Formats: sequence, structure tokens, C-alpha cells
Amino acid sequence: MSNLTNEAVLTRIQEKFGEAVRNHEEPYGLLTIEIQADKTHDLIAWLKTDEVLKVSFLTLIGGAHFPNDKGREICVNYHLHSLVNNVRLRVRAFLPIENPSIQSITDIYVGADWQERESYDFFGIIFEGHPNLTRILNEDSMDYFPMRKEYHLEDATREDKDDRFFGR
Amino acid sequence: MSDTPTNKSLFADETIDGQIATLNLGPTHPATHGIFQNVLTVDGEKILDSVQTVGYIHRAFEKLAERRPYNQITPITDRLNYCSSPINNMGWEMTMEKLIGVQVPKKVDYMRVIIMELARIADHLVCNSVIGVDTGALTGFTYMFQQRELIYELYEEVCGARLTTNIGRIGGFERDFSPTFHVKIKKFLKEFNKHFQEFDDLLLRNRIFMDRTIKAGPISAERALDYGFTGPNLRAAGVDYDVRVMTPYSSYEDFDFIIPVGTQGDTYDRFCVRQEEVRQSLKIIEQAYDNMPEGKHFSPDVPEFYLPPKADVYTKMEALIYHFKIVMGETPVPVGEVYHAVEGGNGELGFHLISDGGRTPYRLQFRRPCFIYYQAYPEMIKGQTISDAVLTLSSLNVIAGELDA
Repeated sequence: MSNLTNEAVLTRIQEKFGEAVRNHEEPYGLLTIEIQADKTHDLIAWLKTDEVLKVSFLTLIGGAHFPNDKGREICVNYHLHSLVNNVRLRVRAFLPIENPSIQSITDIYVGADWQERESYDFFGIIFEGHPNLTRILNEDSMDYFPMRKEYHLEDATREDKDDRFFGR
Repeated sequence: MSDTPTNKSLFADETIDGQIATLNLGPTHPATHGIFQNVLTVDGEKILDSVQTVGYIHRAFEKLAERRPYNQITPITDRLNYCSSPINNMGWEMTMEKLIGVQVPKKVDYMRVIIMELARIADHLVCNSVIGVDTGALTGFTYMFQQRELIYELYEEVCGARLTTNIGRIGGFERDFSPTFHVKIKKFLKEFNKHFQEFDDLLLRNRIFMDRTIKAGPISAERALDYGFTGPNLRAAGVDYDVRVMTPYSSYEDFDFIIPVGTQGDTYDRFCVRQEEVRQSLKIIEQAYDNMPEGKHFSPDVPEFYLPPKADVYTKMEALIYHFKIVMGETPVPVGEVYHAVEGGNGELGFHLISDGGRTPYRLQFRRPCFIYYQAYPEMIKGQTISDAVLTLSSLNVIAGELDA
């Protein structure tokens, strides 16, 4: 097991992808890289085959919605893990809410199939090239994406409960 | 393009002189041990293809969590993998501790390890004894459920609940282990092995059992990794990935244990890996129990998360304020983003938490191992018989609560 540091990982990715790496941070020790949305697929594919990093395990795909961040409302997080080097990595891309589409990584990881469907189901993220992008946990006839922030957990027309006192 | 089966038609083509039939396995079928629907395309007893439908018990936990103060999220995690709730509870508590940056006393780590390993034993016992049931051996199941009962009694001593435990708190445990707990765990540690050995003897080298399980539902290590398998199912395929060793949490680095691995990735290997893990868990519990450090059963550094004792609430102003703040969810948390993973009963159980400093999580996502590996099921049962499909499902230990969240 080599001891690859976060800096080394970041440097190697920046050498390869340069300007496409928009931002990076290390919240609680987990290297987080923000990548240009159209380069996500290339980055994840390259990470899997790169002989130094060997990031070849997909841990988790998930969405998040930031309605106040104009032009980059929808966030897609990919948690990756290099089992050989024992380095974890978070890759993320931001998408505009009008067209939240990103290339699917099902051709790189088969396991991305359901996870992408889940992100589509809850956030409406369109994964281009996905073999069967349909709802997975919610019923098929649902016509909105329930994890987006505009959908409150409780009936939004209620006036007797003030959000200030009852959570978000 | 990946060869996932999801884009196939639900119904078989009516060709080949009516030989091919469509069969519904589930959603509510005794052999599925949970609510899963599989539409199988079968030729006689051979499975040609299958399509899964999931989401029957989806309860929107991730959305629910966005409206609940941090303390009130622990009961949600109970209902993920309800065969080993304490692991989920403590995984969440540790995620919160990581976010607020608190170091719990060593004693809490050891107490947690004991409870988590008991939960792992309970989880594996259910899974393995059910594999036995599905091959027609009911006896082992009854033996092991007695032992599981003893583990549930131990939970009861610690937190008062049995299945959905809501055990522990952010910052530690609500109380120290009781004298009854010590009596019961000593008895358990002394006697469990004998009963477990009996179960082991019943199945492990049983010719009928071996014939039924070997080569049933195999998966290669390469495919398992590609699918995102973790836990015993990945280890049965031959990859020694265990979160407890790769990224130790809760002082797991202090304990001496081995990671059992299989070679074929079939039902028999999954059975064997779980059997050995039960033994290793027992070894960890013994080490933790014998070397239990002195100290407090909670961290005194987080009064704004750890509920004060009731007596203090009635008599001390400060305790009353903290009690009120915790119950009403008025505790400020740092802005940040955390991913914390623990080795659950079925694999890497992860918590991805985005906090904006508010009283509830901005976004909380659970990495549910079942959800991720269940998608490999059609590939694993392709070309197998229907009875093997049932066995494969139980040996994967797919838990509906965790699958659907």
C-alpha cells in the first residue's frame, strides 16, 4: 500500500485536466474536486485506468440541489475509492437547473446504473447514454423530482406551522 | 455499453413452441424474505432473464432527514438494515461526531465495538440460518434464532429496545453497561461458541448443503468490484476490502482479527465468509470486553448534543437549557461536508452529510450497500435454476429496508 497524499492526487489530476479542474477543497480530509461537467466522464474513466492512482471503485453517486446558486443549481457527487492506495476522492460537477444533464458513467462502472437512476428519480439529473433512465424508487407516474428544495416535506399550503419553529 | 438487463422487455417473446414462460418471484413471496419483485423469464426451470422492481417500501428517509434535527435522525437509521440497527445508529452518531469535531473517550469506542460486533453476529446469524432454511434445513435456523434472541436481550439491557434500537447518542451512550448486561454478556461469550459450532457442524460440510450451494449464484471478483459490492459478498468473491481495516473508526485498529475471504463468490463462499466473520466478531468482542478502558461512557465536550441526566434537568439551570435546546433541535452545527463509512452487516454503510449550519441537514445521503449490489442479481442468476435464485437472494442478504430507504 503506497502512501499517496491528497496533494499528489490533486497534482496528478491537474496535470492531466488542467483548467477543467475548477475548484478543490479538503473538507474533513476528503479531497473534493470540482470538475467541468462535460469532463466528468473523461476524468472518471482516466482515474480508473491511471497506473498511479488506480481509483477503480465507485462508492456512491448522489445529487444535491442548491436553488440559490444560479446556473449551478444541481450538484452531482461521485465518491470514488482507490482500493490499492486506500485513497478516497470526491468528484463533483454543477449543472444548471434548466438542463441538468451529464454524461452517464454506466460504461465505466456497471454499478452506476441504479445509482444514476436514483439521482434521476430524486433530482431529475439526466444521465446521457444511460441504458434505461427511468424512476427506480418512486412510482413511474410521478411528474416531479421530490428531493429538490422547492418541494417541502409537509403540505406547503399549511399556515399553522411556521418553518422557523419546525425545522426547515 | 454495459450489459445491464434493465433495458430488456418485461415479458418473454411467445416463440419457441411455448417453452418460455414468465414467472413472478415476489413482491410478497415467502422465499424472497422481503418485498422484492423479480419477473423471471424461464425455460423450464432455467432462468433466461430477469427484471427487478424495487421501491415497494420506500419511505423517503433522505427527505425526512432534511426536516429533522440531528438527534432525531438516529431512529431513521434503525430502519435501514433492521437486522443490525446498532451499526447504523452508531455510524450516524460517528458521522455527527466527525462533523462537530469531537473525540469520544476510548471507553465509548470499546463499548460501541462490542455492540456493533454483536449486531454483526446477529445479522450474519439471520442470513446464514435463512440460507439453511432455503435449502430445507430448518433446524439450524431455530438454534441460531435462540442465540439472536440473547443478543437482542443484550441490546435491551443497553437501550431498552430490541429491533429498532436507537442505541447510543451523539457523544456516547445514555448510560454505562448495567450489571445485568455484564452477567448476560459473560454468559453469552462463554456459551455462544458451543451453539454456533453445532450450527456449523450441521451445514458447513454437509454434502446436501454443499451440493445445493456450491456454484449457486456466483460472481467474479472483477464483476463484484465493478458493481460496487462491499462487505461479505465482496469478500466471498476474493477481495479483502473491509472498512474496519482500510479506514479504521471507533478504535478498530486496536483489535486483532482477520478478514476471511472466499474464492468463488458463490452462495457457499458467502456462507463460509459469514460463518468465519461471526467467529472473528466474537474474538473482537472478547478483546474489547477484556480490555475495556476506564473512563466515562460519554463525551463531556458536547453538552449541546448529549442529553443531560434527568435529575440534573430538574435541578440545574444549565442542564435544563441544554435539554430544551436538544429536544427542540436548536443546536448550531458547523458548516461542512462529511462522508463517513462504517462496515455494516452487508458492507460499506456510508453517510454523506452536507450541513449549512442549520438545525437540520441540508442534504443527507445514505450509501446503502444492498441497493448497490442488488442490481447484480439478474446477472448472478442468469442460467441458474429458480431454486438457486432463491438461495442467491438469501445469501446476498438483501434487506428491503436498506434497499429502498
